[in-house]
Amino acid sequence: MQKKNVAKFLLACLLMFVSFNSQAFSVKEPQEGGDAKVNTEEEISEYIDHHLADSHYVNFFSDGETGAHYGFSLPVILWDNGLKVFSSGKFHHGEDLAVIDGQHYRLYHSKIYKTDAEGTITYGENGFPANERPLDFSITKNVLYMLVVSLLMLLVFGGLAKQYKNRSVPKGSGRVLEPLVLYVRDEIAKPNIGKNYRKYTGFLLTVFFFIWILNLLGMTPLGVNVTGNIAVTMALALITFFIVQFSGNKDYWKHIFWMPGVPWPMKIVLAPIEVLGMFTKPFALMIRLFANMTAGHVIIMTLLGLIVVFQNWIAGPAFFGFTIFISIIELLVAFLQAYIFTLLSALYIGMAVEEHDHHHPADNEDIPVL
Amino acid sequence: MEEALNLDMIGAGLIIIGAGFGLGKIGSAAMEGIARQPEAAGKIQTAMIIIAALLEGVAFAALFAV
Amino acid sequence: MEKLVNDFSFGLFFWQIIILVVLIILLKKFAWKPILDALNAREQGIQDALDAAENARKEMQNLQADNEKLLQEARLERDSMIKEARQIKDKMIAEAKEDAQREGEKMIQQAKATIQTEKNAALADIKNQVATLSVQIAEKVIREELSSKAKQEKLVEDMLDDVTLN
Repeated sequence: MQKKNVAKFLLACLLMFVSFNSQAFSVKEPQEGGDAKVNTEEEISEYIDHHLADSHYVNFFSDGETGAHYGFSLPVILWDNGLKVFSSGKFHHGEDLAVIDGQHYRLYHSKIYKTDAEGTITYGENGFPANERPLDFSITKNVLYMLVVSLLMLLVFGGLAKQYKNRSVPKGSGRVLEPLVLYVRDEIAKPNIGKNYRKYTGFLLTVFFFIWILNLLGMTPLGVNVTGNIAVTMALALITFFIVQFSGNKDYWKHIFWMPGVPWPMKIVLAPIEVLGMFTKPFALMIRLFANMTAGHVIIMTLLGLIVVFQNWIAGPAFFGFTIFISIIELLVAFLQAYIFTLLSALYIGMAVEEHDHHHPADNEDIPVL
Repeated sequence: MEEALNLDMIGAGLIIIGAGFGLGKIGSAAMEGIARQPEAAGKIQTAMIIIAALLEGVAFAALFAV
Repeated sequence: MEKLVNDFSFGLFFWQIIILVVLIILLKKFAWKPILDALNAREQGIQDALDAAENARKEMQNLQADNEKLLQEARLERDSMIKEARQIKDKMIAEAKEDAQREGEKMIQQAKATIQTEKNAALADIKNQVATLSVQIAEKVIREELSSKAKQEKLVEDMLDDVTLN
């Protein structure tokens, strides 16, 4: 009975956010003579690109007919011969130029360029705008959501920590969170790092929940795509990289630069490969998370877009069903990617802090490179 | 531009074929392993997911390089 | 790839690094450390309780074994005591028997000796009396025999007849 209820609840949630997602399109349902709506393949493609990109606005949805946006503007912080702070409302969603201290800035495809008074964008050879870009430290949508998630995590896990002061078994939401914490500790940190696991568990737990919550937020109709942004995953991977390098012991470095147990010509050959491996590992972490999340968003939005493209009674329900199916898979992927990122981080840290035996059996080197 | 794009697409297709083949092999080997030793299913699953993730990482890296 | 590089936002990267590092530090201090400490303490507590239970069980077992041993010992002791008592009893009986026999023999011996002496005394007495009687009878007979002259002569004659001069 209870199981049934849970399933019903999950289905309801799923339907809710799928329908919300589709709402983003449905407000632009084409009508006779309407031309400002998203209903062609190009427009859908652009819409998806726009969704994937970071934004200076938090937009819940836009009315294509009237051109009205429902959401709020975020602060823009630029470093361009001095700090410049203003609201992104000045851009009017890219329609106006912002003039700050006599310098014209234009918001073009979610990025800020320096332009002349007319807002001309010149294109380089590769097809991208060649205009100079100021250093953009704006509190963008992604930064905002990261802050929100950070705050949420601090509140939730701080609260969980407080519960332990009075009782040894938490109640309420702690009942759900504790097994997750235990899972990360017992399934990810302990078996992969070894006896010094405690030092790194904090990092692993933070990264795990950070990625997971952001992935799940990406499944909501809020239009979040934080973990599907290369800058975010790069930062995550970079922190893993530095933690691995700084916790590497003598054995770790020896295995990189002077591989024991192989003849010396091989040592020379192996050293550059191992050095390359040092960088490919976090690179793969970065690409994996980014690509998985981006791919998930693209698939879901494309399937929803197909409903708009086909506009008939057969394709609509069919793609709606597909979307639900993919959404369920994405729910799994959201967890899986957080798990994989954390697990591989733990694995790399474990490789760096591992105490090697002094004899080197052949099976000691079967650690994956990427 | 058009020519290069087509080659890109073929490359991407090749990557997907390779990755799909690899994933299939991982999956089949893991299934066999679990069938032979059901008590080691948990360990095999973890190893399978790790290897699948590694393969996926390589495939995605190649896809984005294209 | 070019699109990726073009899309890369340094600002976002910068903020992400700052937010993540601060978040890691804050969560480590205010959440993970107390949570993990509490979990460890709880697990330690459970482990201790289990160990204590195990110890108690072992102690109980030991105690039971001790009891069993004591009982066994007591049983053995009882057996040995019974055996000893039986031995003592047998010995006592044997001794008593022996004593009694010895005493009896002694008494019989004494009685025999007494009887012998009494018999000897009685015999001696009888002998004396017989002797006296014999003498008295002999006196009377002789007196009778030798009361007349004829008889005295006859006697002498007979005696002389018996004596043959060879």
